[in-house]
Amino acid sequence: MKIIFPILCILTAALLSYGLYQALVVAPTEQTMGDVQRIFYYHVPSAWTAGVLFFVNFIASIAYLWRRNTKADALALAAAEVGVVFCTIVLVTGPIWARPVWGIWWTWDLRLTLTLVCWLIFVSYLFLRRFSSSGQTPVIAAVLAIFGTLDIPLVYFSIWFFRTQHPQPVMGNGGSIDPRMLHAFFINLIAFTCFGALVCWSRYRLEVLRRQVEETQALESLLEVRSSR
Amino acid sequence: MSSTGITRATLVKDLRLEWRSKDAINSMLFFALLVVVIFSFSFDPTAEESRRIAGGLVWVAFLFAAVVALNQTWARELRNQVLDAYRVSPAPANSLFLAKALGNFIFVAVLECLMTPLFIIFYNLRAIGPAYQLLIVAVLGTWALVVNGTFFAAMSLRTRSREIMLPLLLFPISIPALLAMVEATRSILTGEFSAKFWIVLLVAYDVVFTMASLFLFELVLHAE
Repeated sequence: MKIIFPILCILTAALLSYGLYQALVVAPTEQTMGDVQRIFYYHVPSAWTAGVLFFVNFIASIAYLWRRNTKADALALAAAEVGVVFCTIVLVTGPIWARPVWGIWWTWDLRLTLTLVCWLIFVSYLFLRRFSSSGQTPVIAAVLAIFGTLDIPLVYFSIWFFRTQHPQPVMGNGGSIDPRMLHAFFINLIAFTCFGALVCWSRYRLEVLRRQVEETQALESLLEVRSSR
Repeated sequence: MSSTGITRATLVKDLRLEWRSKDAINSMLFFALLVVVIFSFSFDPTAEESRRIAGGLVWVAFLFAAVVALNQTWARELRNQVLDAYRVSPAPANSLFLAKALGNFIFVAVLECLMTPLFIIFYNLRAIGPAYQLLIVAVLGTWALVVNGTFFAAMSLRTRSREIMLPLLLFPISIPALLAMVEATRSILTGEFSAKFWIVLLVAYDVVFTMASLFLFELVLHAE
């Protein structure tokens, strides 16, 4: 495992810089939207990474409730934190693109609202973890993660009932997309997935170490009390 | 004692406590009244407009008021370590949860029965669509708020500043239910479109989260 981490670091750095070059230089300028369309190479991969991380959080929460493995809980926390960061990137880059193209910063359409509600649910998850300092935190946090995930399809259907304004996904319906655009997009998709995995992994390691330090300190202070008697 | 017996006993105990103190219902009523008055100050709608926005106003007022009652549900059991007694007793956790949820449902339903006439008077409301559907929406919507509210109130018992924690947990998860209630009420009041889809969504929400709560409540109650 110790070898994989630096390899992943180098791979992510290489992919991200290659992806940046592809997105800014190689990919042609979009005809109607102009250069602002290039934000798409970061917007969609961030959304994808956030979605994957939220899913990891759900799986890790179930794993924790099943086996009571504290490492699963640390993974759930790391995935939720990093997922919220990527989700924030999506929510910030979206309006920057929408203002020149749609003429409005924000609209209450399906994907936008769904992303916002996901963000709200996972921020409330982080709040719960922050406000609950007792030993039961992992259990109630895992339960909340399950509730949040159950909620997402219901949010989807409730907002689906409104008319949707977001551009439909353009892959795979035979549209006239320049292959260089697709290439830049997929490179960035892979780069962001690696980047998300890397950050999540570092955060996970940090959390595990932090817990070990806390346990050791608690043990040490116990021993000190005993030896001073 | 059967589990329905335990549910009934806990429910009757809660109702009797509430009947004698009237803490929750009084504070909820006054709170909802304040919300109604402040809303009507902040904008002065015509009858046509008020029909469009009333769904939102009514449900937001009820949601805020319900949080007042929900915060007291479990906090009441902390005094004299009643909750610890529940934990060590062999009574099934779910019957306790159902009793609490039903009790909260009754409190919020009473609040709604008392506040609805006030809303009708203050905002000149009259349903153009089928009014009987409002009753279905009210029952399903209240259960949607109360079942998750009771569950999250039990979760937030373990946190610092739990009175603030409950709305932070409850509101994001309740967004689809709230949207369904508001839109269903609006469609019935204006008669512009059918409320069927929203009612189906509320049923789905109620079923999903009632099952999830019953499935996971024991974990939350016994979390140590």
